[in-house]
Amino acid sequence: MAVKKVMGTEVEYGITVINDKDFDPISSCVLLVNSYRDEGSAKILWDYDQENPLADARGFQADGEKYTPNQQENITRNKTLVNGARYYVDHAHPEYSTPECTNVLDLVKHEKAGEVILEHSRRAANVLVPEHCQILVYKNNSDRKGNSYGCHENFLMDRKTSFKQIIEKFIPFLVTRQVYTGAGKVGSENRAGPVKYQISQRSDFFETEVALDTMVKRPIINTRDEPHADREKYRRLHVIVADSNMAEPTIYLKSGTTAIVLSMIEDGVIDTDLVLRDPVRAIKEISHDIACKAKVQLDNGKKLTAIEIQEEFLDLAHKYYATHELDDVTRDVLRRWESVLKRLKEDPDQLNREIDWVIKKELLLAFMNRKDYGWDHPRMSLIDLQYHDIRPEKGLYHLLLRQGKLDRIVTDQDIGDAITEPPVDTRAYFRGRCLQKFGPSIFGVNWDSISFNLEDQPIKRILMAEPLKGTKEHVQELLDKSPTAEEMVKNITAS
Amino acid sequence: MKLHWTTGRGPERDSLTRIPLAADQTQTTKKPEREAPKPRDGKEGKNLTEKGKKLKEDMDKLVDEIDEVLEENAEEFVKNYIQRGGE
Repeated sequence: MAVKKVMGTEVEYGITVINDKDFDPISSCVLLVNSYRDEGSAKILWDYDQENPLADARGFQADGEKYTPNQQENITRNKTLVNGARYYVDHAHPEYSTPECTNVLDLVKHEKAGEVILEHSRRAANVLVPEHCQILVYKNNSDRKGNSYGCHENFLMDRKTSFKQIIEKFIPFLVTRQVYTGAGKVGSENRAGPVKYQISQRSDFFETEVALDTMVKRPIINTRDEPHADREKYRRLHVIVADSNMAEPTIYLKSGTTAIVLSMIEDGVIDTDLVLRDPVRAIKEISHDIACKAKVQLDNGKKLTAIEIQEEFLDLAHKYYATHELDDVTRDVLRRWESVLKRLKEDPDQLNREIDWVIKKELLLAFMNRKDYGWDHPRMSLIDLQYHDIRPEKGLYHLLLRQGKLDRIVTDQDIGDAITEPPVDTRAYFRGRCLQKFGPSIFGVNWDSISFNLEDQPIKRILMAEPLKGTKEHVQELLDKSPTAEEMVKNITAS
Repeated sequence: MKLHWTTGRGPERDSLTRIPLAADQTQTTKKPEREAPKPRDGKEGKNLTEKGKKLKEDMDKLVDEIDEVLEENAEEFVKNYIQRGGE
């Protein structure tokens, strides 16, 4: 039986400082992250103790050095926030990991809240840089010079699901979903064939089917095995192929459909053979065809378009939910998935209010027509980049949104709430509320534990191995009757 | 193996007390609140030429607005935007 798809995203943002010839991304990231004023986070360590990025889901431990910062470095690079999120420096990028969400609607709220948090910190940090300089942040995936950074999704799965099955059934879905998840890109990179405009920012960077590494020879299926939960029961599937999206319907569909497909894989209902002959080639072929008509080769000899492959998954999903519990959000995702695929098939331009790559394309074409530019005009690349600028007054996505040209899934109120309120139905609730209420008593935190530094006692680490425990329903009473961290730990141990 | 509880009051890792967060209630599924999607821009009742003309006007207006917020010196701006490889 498929486990609840607890999910989250981890978005790496691009960062630059204009007019700074000594620009160093790492120190800029540290300044950025530390400029954010959040109630809980000031001097709390990220607990790397239980992290194991070298664990491979195929059953072994890769060789290599696990990097762990010292305490001082740790505190300056990591903020765990009162909404349960983690905001930190990941290599040379600021990264925002949403708290755990049970459904994609909450995920959209929290991912969008992350953008606002980045923007607040950007403004605060700018006060501290020389007047002629300015820190700029972009929610995109490439710099046009061969470097890429990701939007990662993570989904809770039953550990009993065979990883081999995941590889076989999931690859065709991941390679083809870009027709409604791509963020759009002018040109190509990473030795991919030349193209004027393509669907995805990320597709050119994928070079292998299955691997552990996330930075070199990127794989379509990442085998990182860090459940951050009871590892006898759970797998946390770490998905690295996605584009970073601005449009809410795109974010919603992306992770919403993926959660559905993973549930189906867990329950073994995907019996259609959709295995691709060459997924690494196909992911680029699909991205490079903005008409969405390119047919890719299946291993069984057939050739199908990305939309046709997606329609197979949608078909299977309809059959699946005829006999499985269907909640409101999933019902809505299914409805949208069907509608989007239908319109993509008729004419992709119909999605100009919902899907990033189509929205961006329309913008670019309007510019080209009015100004008589070619695709290679530098302003085309600039529009591509500035679409993702997180400043509301400069970002082109934000401009379009303000003008009522784009559809929404959530409201500004929802996003505002998500900046300080954790989801109520996962362990993020306990984490967030502890940070808010007992911040000074917290020594360290991780996804699956919080450690308290109590008076005259050894550090007490509360284990949170179940993502669905530690919800408001579970812990509100405990929190309400515990005025101090000492009381709370005593109440937990007493129960 | 590097210890992460090093200076000050942090004790050795082995003397950490580990406590599972107990849960004694069952999980119920909560219905998420959702705003109804905004209606599409309807243009009923206008003939095609007028519609086309209005669309072009809208697009031109949009281009002009974007023109105002686009960073200056596009070529240099894009050239200077360099990132380190991330995950």
